[in-house]
Amino acid sequence: MSKAVVVKLWPATLLVAAGLVLWQVLVTVSGVRPQVLPSPLRVVEQGWAFRAQIWTNTMPTLQVTAVGFAVSLVLGWTLAIAVDFSPWLRRALTPLFVASQALPIIVIAPLVIIWFGFGLLPKVLVIALVTFFPVAVGLIEGFAATDRQAINLLRSMGASRWKVFRYVRLPGAMPRFFTALRTGITYAVTGAIFAEYVGATAGLGIFMNQQKSSFRTDLVLAAVLVTVVLTVVLFTLTYLVERLTIPWSRHG
Amino acid sequence: MAEIKLMVDGLVKAFGPELPVLDGVSFAVAPGEFVSLVGPSGCGKSTLFNVIAGLEPPDGGRVLVEGDDATGRVDPFAYMPQQDLLFPWRTVIDNAALGLEVAGVRRREARERAAELFEPFGLAGFERAHPRELSGGMRQRAALLRTVVQDRPVLLLDEPFGALDSLTRTDMQTWLDEVRARYDWTVLMITHDVREAIYLSDRVVVLAPRPTSVHREIAVDLPRPRDLDMITSARFAELEAELLDALRRRGSNRVG
Repeated sequence: MSKAVVVKLWPATLLVAAGLVLWQVLVTVSGVRPQVLPSPLRVVEQGWAFRAQIWTNTMPTLQVTAVGFAVSLVLGWTLAIAVDFSPWLRRALTPLFVASQALPIIVIAPLVIIWFGFGLLPKVLVIALVTFFPVAVGLIEGFAATDRQAINLLRSMGASRWKVFRYVRLPGAMPRFFTALRTGITYAVTGAIFAEYVGATAGLGIFMNQQKSSFRTDLVLAAVLVTVVLTVVLFTLTYLVERLTIPWSRHG
Repeated sequence: MAEIKLMVDGLVKAFGPELPVLDGVSFAVAPGEFVSLVGPSGCGKSTLFNVIAGLEPPDGGRVLVEGDDATGRVDPFAYMPQQDLLFPWRTVIDNAALGLEVAGVRRREARERAAELFEPFGLAGFERAHPRELSGGMRQRAALLRTVVQDRPVLLLDEPFGALDSLTRTDMQTWLDEVRARYDWTVLMITHDVREAIYLSDRVVVLAPRPTSVHREIAVDLPRPRDLDMITSARFAELEAELLDALRRRGSNRVG
């Protein structure tokens, strides 16, 4: 790990460590029952003891997240490109995009489960619904932010609308796309957990729901810890992909 | 001037009834001639350029290239905008070859054709570099390379050196004068800089304030090749005074 990374990470590490110490002390001193608030040490200890069960529930969540986010990316890209090429579609779809984000997901998710059952499909739909919006909007705005002069330059070279898109609008939108991708991916894991929480046969969401019902607060929090780690890992991966695909960008 | 390469004939353009911009602009450029357009700021130079370059349709008038109607056509012109617009996601050579690639030349061949100009453009060794690694002057040369490699009949340069500091600017002007003589380009250039116009041009076209038309044409009868000592010559000073006078006279007519 480079020195710069350490310098970047240590304030967050310090803050988290301080919070954990405070939590541990509070629990020990107050003598609160672990069913209400387990100490961080107990969360880690019990989480480790139940690691096999947590692991078998992590894989389905990861799978659902991956498939759901992939669907979301395909949907986001397709709609963004369609909107970029057609002003009519832009006017037709933009209000719908916004409306899709106004849907109270806490109410919609159970309905989606009722309609589509406990399989992969309803979860994929929930994840796509919560994550396609930042991706699509990031791309649409990225395409539209193309410098007028750059478009004129391409047109003077005899470029068609498609070539203007391919040579300028598309590459120019990539930095914004990656910003949007990061926003989307943080919603993706939570979206998966939420869909599972409402109804699933396996996954971290349903695991949390079951443990909550048997007052295993420590195991609920252990599963929460796993989802946090998952999200952070996925988030970090986007930087890696960005660096590989658009090394010219200022992050790179 | 028997031969005419570019003929601009009575161009008229308005953005709605409230904003007439071009009010019958006419002038001609001979093959191999370097003509500068100067005018008060906001007079419509850029609109005129966009219309000539085929990027915007005129409301009236025509553009002729080598006798053929080229109104609204982009292919007779290679256009260099004010900003260099080198794209950060392309290497310098791929930026330089962009126009050829867009025109359907295979990437490999486009690169080869662009590569030939790197030496005379003082960019040798920077083919694989990224634009951010170039100095301001080099970026402008790369942008000019991207323009000329398209091998179009007329070059349209929109304030090519406007963004450079004055030393680099002078260097670029002397350099441009040299390469221009070697390649026999026909150039139409917009500039704000009266000295630059005189130094580089065979003729300077002075535009009136908006809605604009040609106010005056001044032939620059300094010998070629130009050299920096000429700037202090008596004839250069006379031409500069004449040009400034022409600009000022029309400038004072401005309403508002």
